[in-house]
Amino acid sequence: MAILLVVAELNGNVVTESTGELVAAAKAVASDGDEIVVAVLSDDPAIVGASAAGLGADRVLTVQHEALAEMGAGSFEAPVAAVTAISNSLSPAAILLSKSDFGSNVGPRVAAQVGGGFAQDCIGLSSASNGRISVTRPVYGGNALAEYVFSGDGVQVLTVRPTIFDPASGDGASPIESFDAPTDVGKISARLVETIAEESKGVRLEDADVVISGGRGLGGPEPFEQLQALADVLGGALGASRAACDAGWIDHSHQIGLTGKSVSPNVYITFGISGASQHMAGCSGSKVIVAVNKDADANIFKDARFGVVGDWGKVLEGFRAAVDDLAVS
Amino acid sequence: MGVLATGTRGEILAIKIAVCVKQVPDPDTPPSAFIVDESTKRVVPPPGTPPVVNGFDLNATEAALLLKDAAGGADVEITIIAVGSEFVMDVVKRPLSMGADELVLVDDPSLENLDAFATARVLAKTIENQGPFDVVLCGRQASDWDNGHVPLVLSEILGLPCISFARNIQITDSGVRVERSLTDGYQVVEAPLPAVVTVTNELGEPRYPTLRGIMAATRKTPTTLSLGDIGVTNEDVAPSLELTRLFVPESERNVEIISGEDEVDAGRQLALRLREENLI
Repeated sequence: MAILLVVAELNGNVVTESTGELVAAAKAVASDGDEIVVAVLSDDPAIVGASAAGLGADRVLTVQHEALAEMGAGSFEAPVAAVTAISNSLSPAAILLSKSDFGSNVGPRVAAQVGGGFAQDCIGLSSASNGRISVTRPVYGGNALAEYVFSGDGVQVLTVRPTIFDPASGDGASPIESFDAPTDVGKISARLVETIAEESKGVRLEDADVVISGGRGLGGPEPFEQLQALADVLGGALGASRAACDAGWIDHSHQIGLTGKSVSPNVYITFGISGASQHMAGCSGSKVIVAVNKDADANIFKDARFGVVGDWGKVLEGFRAAVDDLAVS
Repeated sequence: MGVLATGTRGEILAIKIAVCVKQVPDPDTPPSAFIVDESTKRVVPPPGTPPVVNGFDLNATEAALLLKDAAGGADVEITIIAVGSEFVMDVVKRPLSMGADELVLVDDPSLENLDAFATARVLAKTIENQGPFDVVLCGRQASDWDNGHVPLVLSEILGLPCISFARNIQITDSGVRVERSLTDGYQVVEAPLPAVVTVTNELGEPRYPTLRGIMAATRKTPTTLSLGDIGVTNEDVAPSLELTRLFVPESERNVEIISGEDEVDAGRQLALRLREENLI
């Protein structure tokens, strides 16, 4: 019998949907008799534990320490110490975290402490022989998929890409136990001073039903004003490729891709985006992708449902005119 | 590890910075030219496409150069460290031509397929061998395996604080002050030195090498170390994950190309088609 440890991700007083996805991922590799334990790290876990208890895990472990407020974000030293202590106590076969700012920072550091290797951003999990886990993860910016099997003896640590698994839920409530925080949880050298939110105006990209997105093909900052205007008319939000952001044409808060935001609108309309895999990783959750690009061989047309091959400026002119006509009629 | 050299009034006199860089296949290779040899589980670069220094590692180099620019009277020394094999000298010298001082290469055929943990162990030994350093800068992730965890594991091995995704770095009297990038804003995080900091593209585009920089880089000879030189053992480079398959996922082109009398009309037709589908 082995233990699979899920580290809960919190949004205020409740666990996130991605935590339920982690429980589902753990169930995908669990054998009969394996135990799934959800760890909740918080300065006030009593109010969080209840939401973790509904995920269908065998047990919930809560760890309380003031250094775990906001899950120790920014510094991450307190959660690393807490998860390492739980791991040393439970000797789980694997530790699962979400591929988030928290998970991708805490996971590798815990893995360095508990020693069994780390797999980032897994989109598939299966059980291999001897309790080892086999994972599938995108590599080369999403151009290829790699399958790995953990080959060492230590605790297997991995992050799971959000929205891949359907969140698990349970009928009853899992028993909740508290786990004493080790003293080193409070010994912090990197300290979070402040968090500054830069909320974008209008519709949030992550919530938008329509996203209009521009890339290197636009050639400068001015076209993004036209795209923003179109997004406003359609009640949508403006996105951009990393290349356009790095060029300074548009603020990085609009960046979509592997290292930017992930969006999942009903329709993702691109102008002058070639569709590098790194970019598509951020918009692959879109229901429909629309491509406007002058290069008929551009990669974006492989993922697009509708496309126009042509100069973005002329196509946008006609598109905008039609949108305005439709609004009037 | 190093401690900032300070003068009698506590002013910083010298800062030693290590920047870890990786040589990777050019990530701008179009997907149509991206080929995997499934039998060897390796990516086959298109003919005539040289490798590049990983983009985020050039952002890290830029971060080091910005610290040098801002250092005032302090003497800032930037050492570039690369671990790997089959280095292309013009490629790995790029950080030197941007203005870095030294290049250290750990070059061994066995480093070709190193996994992330083994890479972190070799980097740690190299840093201990070449240090002390006050700051270790790394790119946030590499564009080949997209692991994004070498710097974090490195910091744990070295026992140093680590701040990730820096878009701005300042050295202060008490340590390092970093703006770390979030998807909706940023956090200010401080740590004592020495520390590991990972750098993201939000820091700004890396500077282009000047002609003078290129000439200076040409004249510099990198320090080349073997695994024996830095005391790396077989245990250090043992993989913790075994790559069992590498492949390009199949995707079907399923696009409806919309045309019109001209490009403007095609745009109009596109909008009408999307309305028909209730998408806008």
